[in-house]
Amino acid sequence: MSKSAGPGSSIVEMSWDPITRIVGSLGIHTKIDFGTRKVVECRATSSIFRGYSVFMRGKDPRDAHFITSRICGICGDNHATCAVYAQNMAFGVKPPHVGEWIINLAEAAEYMFDHNLFQDNLVGVDFCEQMVGETNPGVLELARRTPAPHAAAHGMATIADIMRALNPFSGSLYREALAMSRLCREMYSLMGGRHVHPSTLYPGGVGTVPSVQLFTEYVTRLMRYIDFLKRAVPLHDDLFDFMVQALPGYEEVGRRRVLLACWGAFQNPDACDFRYETMSAWGREMYVTPGIVIDGELVTTDLVEINLGMRILLGSSFYDDWTDAAPMVTADPLGNPIDPRHPWNQTTNPRPQKRDFGGKYTWVMSPRWFDAKSGQHLALDTGGGALARLWTTALAGLVHLGTVEATGKSVLIRLPRTAGSGEVELEWRVPRWSNTIERDRARTYFQAYAAAAALSFAEQGLAEVHAGRTRSWSEYKVPDEAISCGFHEAVRGALSHHAVIRGGKIANYHPYPPTCWNASPRDSLGTAGPYEDAVEGSPIFEESDEGSFKGIDIMRTVRSFDPCLPCGVHMVLGGGREVVAHHSLMFGVQPPAGKPR
Amino acid sequence: MGGIDEIDILWLTAGLGCDGDSVAMTAATSPSIEDLVDGIIPGLPRVHLHNPLLAYRNGDAFLRRFHAAAEGRADHPFVLVVEGSIPNEAIHADGAWAGLGTDAQTGQPIPTCDWIDRLAPRAWAVLAAGTCAAYGGIHAMAGNPTGCMGMTDYLGRQFRSAGGLPIVNMPGCPIHPDSFMETLAYLLRQAAGNAPMIPLDDMGRPAWLFAQTVHETCDRGGYYEQGVFAADHGEPSCVVKLGCWGPVVLCNVPRRGWMGGVGGCPNVGGVCIGCAMPGFPDKFMSFLDEPPGAKMSTAAVATYATMVRSLRRFTRGSMDREPAWRAPGDELSTGYAPQTDAAAATVATDAPDAVDAPDPGGRR
Repeated sequence: MSKSAGPGSSIVEMSWDPITRIVGSLGIHTKIDFGTRKVVECRATSSIFRGYSVFMRGKDPRDAHFITSRICGICGDNHATCAVYAQNMAFGVKPPHVGEWIINLAEAAEYMFDHNLFQDNLVGVDFCEQMVGETNPGVLELARRTPAPHAAAHGMATIADIMRALNPFSGSLYREALAMSRLCREMYSLMGGRHVHPSTLYPGGVGTVPSVQLFTEYVTRLMRYIDFLKRAVPLHDDLFDFMVQALPGYEEVGRRRVLLACWGAFQNPDACDFRYETMSAWGREMYVTPGIVIDGELVTTDLVEINLGMRILLGSSFYDDWTDAAPMVTADPLGNPIDPRHPWNQTTNPRPQKRDFGGKYTWVMSPRWFDAKSGQHLALDTGGGALARLWTTALAGLVHLGTVEATGKSVLIRLPRTAGSGEVELEWRVPRWSNTIERDRARTYFQAYAAAAALSFAEQGLAEVHAGRTRSWSEYKVPDEAISCGFHEAVRGALSHHAVIRGGKIANYHPYPPTCWNASPRDSLGTAGPYEDAVEGSPIFEESDEGSFKGIDIMRTVRSFDPCLPCGVHMVLGGGREVVAHHSLMFGVQPPAGKPR
Repeated sequence: MGGIDEIDILWLTAGLGCDGDSVAMTAATSPSIEDLVDGIIPGLPRVHLHNPLLAYRNGDAFLRRFHAAAEGRADHPFVLVVEGSIPNEAIHADGAWAGLGTDAQTGQPIPTCDWIDRLAPRAWAVLAAGTCAAYGGIHAMAGNPTGCMGMTDYLGRQFRSAGGLPIVNMPGCPIHPDSFMETLAYLLRQAAGNAPMIPLDDMGRPAWLFAQTVHETCDRGGYYEQGVFAADHGEPSCVVKLGCWGPVVLCNVPRRGWMGGVGGCPNVGGVCIGCAMPGFPDKFMSFLDEPPGAKMSTAAVATYATMVRSLRRFTRGSMDREPAWRAPGDELSTGYAPQTDAAAATVATDAPDAVDAPDPGGRR
């Protein structure tokens, strides 16, 4: 941390660069008012450019999933899967059922692994005994005196015991989580060959050989992980509930308007034919429902509508605009007009320059969703992935797997008997806020969601083997010309891949991962991105004074989004983002009631 | 050289990369990162890990050790681990393709190349983690705008670390978890004075890990020998005609599995795309075309394969049946005779043949 006091002001500038315990390179530069104990201003910077969209031009479209997997080192398989979905649409191929179950099982393992590692080895350290002792000694003292309500389920007598278990390397939960994350990665490797850049995923299906052994080895590990989850979920509930009780008003930390995006996950092979023309229908059959939630209302579950609303804005980014060029795509396969700012029409024209916080200061672009009803370009966020997935799925009420049931206002998750305990039913209810604590809480529930869904997928995959339907891949031909899209959920949220194929080669390819949305800068219309929005105005509960200030509440907020900067800057070069300097500007494009403080 | 009893690991993830090598490092079990940090592997120095993915501290507090090491004020000798391709910062005027931290004087990002320039010569050893840092990898693909490259390209083949080592390359996209940790542990053991100079091949790889091709240890190699090639993904036979480069790629993944002994590449139905090789990715693209060399070699084995398959089918038909004497009935037909002196002399010649249908194929 570095700091300097502004002249004649009680406001102090504080910077943390790099932010650790995330994936990638991120810096946070703030101004903090220690009088009112609020963040006055925040700028986030990221500093690595790689240029996927540039070097993919002219390449073989069959290679897209191998290449784009390398965008991310923790959710690369999410990219590979999303690319395969886009390839399937472009090549007009539908994988056999067992191939889809294998991909669903692989992705379920990825959600379990990644959320688990991030929650208990990266985020968890922000709530560990050592950290809380340094930032909020009073809270740690209270935690020592506070019995854990679910002690019987997880075995930790007090909240302080939970915090101690999260101490890096020495804590029991920290160590068990590392071991569990390895178990889940073995499950991924069974289905996808390797983690995190899979070897057996292909357009048209998988190279994995479906067998009794495959599903047995997966389910045996899954049951051990579920046994862990039955302790981990109530443990996290106890920890997060305690934080809100111990620090009245903590729900305001990292709170922003409910503007959540989820692009759906887990295909239903009975419904999904990967045709754009039928995408609205098969999108709603996904076992995590795609959708957009605005101010608590589910405004759509239609992937075509979601696709049509995508806009890539500039404003604070080091690029020349591309609207001079003739659009590559003017209409989708249904005849709907496609905007020049849609990913299908984007051209990446990098223009390196010095960082200027008063002008262009970042290589991150600003993806927005155009809400036709209000005429606004909304800065949607993903709530770190899990929050948006649970929220859209709960409200839509479309998922009925038996082990997972969406009720219209909650999600029921049923975990069967395991070595350590009997059957357990968990319920995730739609929360009142989109804030730091609820993003973190959702992450623990979605691990259970993915595990319960995987039980169902494994049953159905094994049934294919029992029936002798073990062909796992369908043949295809690469067309000369095609446009296509893939919609999926990376672990940390909404992920899309848009492709244009000309002359049998990639003419345009644009992945939009969740961190592009969450870490986006102020756009050409003045709308700030979600990180900035969530941090700016957030109260400070840390007890330490300026001298030993760690910015823990800011760190918790940024980490609650599960930042993954290699995804955020997959096509962009380092720089900075100014965060929410003027409330009036932000509210100019959002209802004034949107962010009560 | 040697005799170091306490050592820092300074890990830069600020090349052009995806952090996948740090993530893969957390997957290792032989040894695990806890094993190293806890100091429970005999013969290694005490280890202090400074990796951004797992660090307790943020910002300047995290970078303090990096700054100290770059200025020659480090508390201990250190191993520098670099992850990601090294960009070419000479091809543009302002800014940087990659940076880590903010320069207190200028307020601009500190370029990754500056960190490498200052840290590498002072490091006891330099370990390039992943194909990007070793050879350039995916981001150095033709048509890339950054001009990026591997550590040896950047620092030169003549580079020697403070400990007298050339750059140690641990390629793989990402690194194989256990092979990487095994290499890191070897370096630490060497630093402690308990191992000789790490044996490296001509591309800087640990020689014992990269001596064999994927094909040589692939459990589908037997299909190749018998000329059984998959036409579709998902078939259990050799995938060379679907694009697998295993016969010429140096990598131990099929033998080791990906982690916990499960997974891998061609051994589980994934074509080898050569991700651990210096020529990756361009020389292996399009990944799903049959490698040109495979067309010739698979044709060349066809005649031999047809013959040997037929002979083996014949032999197997015999070996796959029990000997005839294993049956109920009043009479013992195993050839057993009570062990009298006279009988002992004749038992060998009176015994029934070991198989009920002798065949020449089985007797070679």
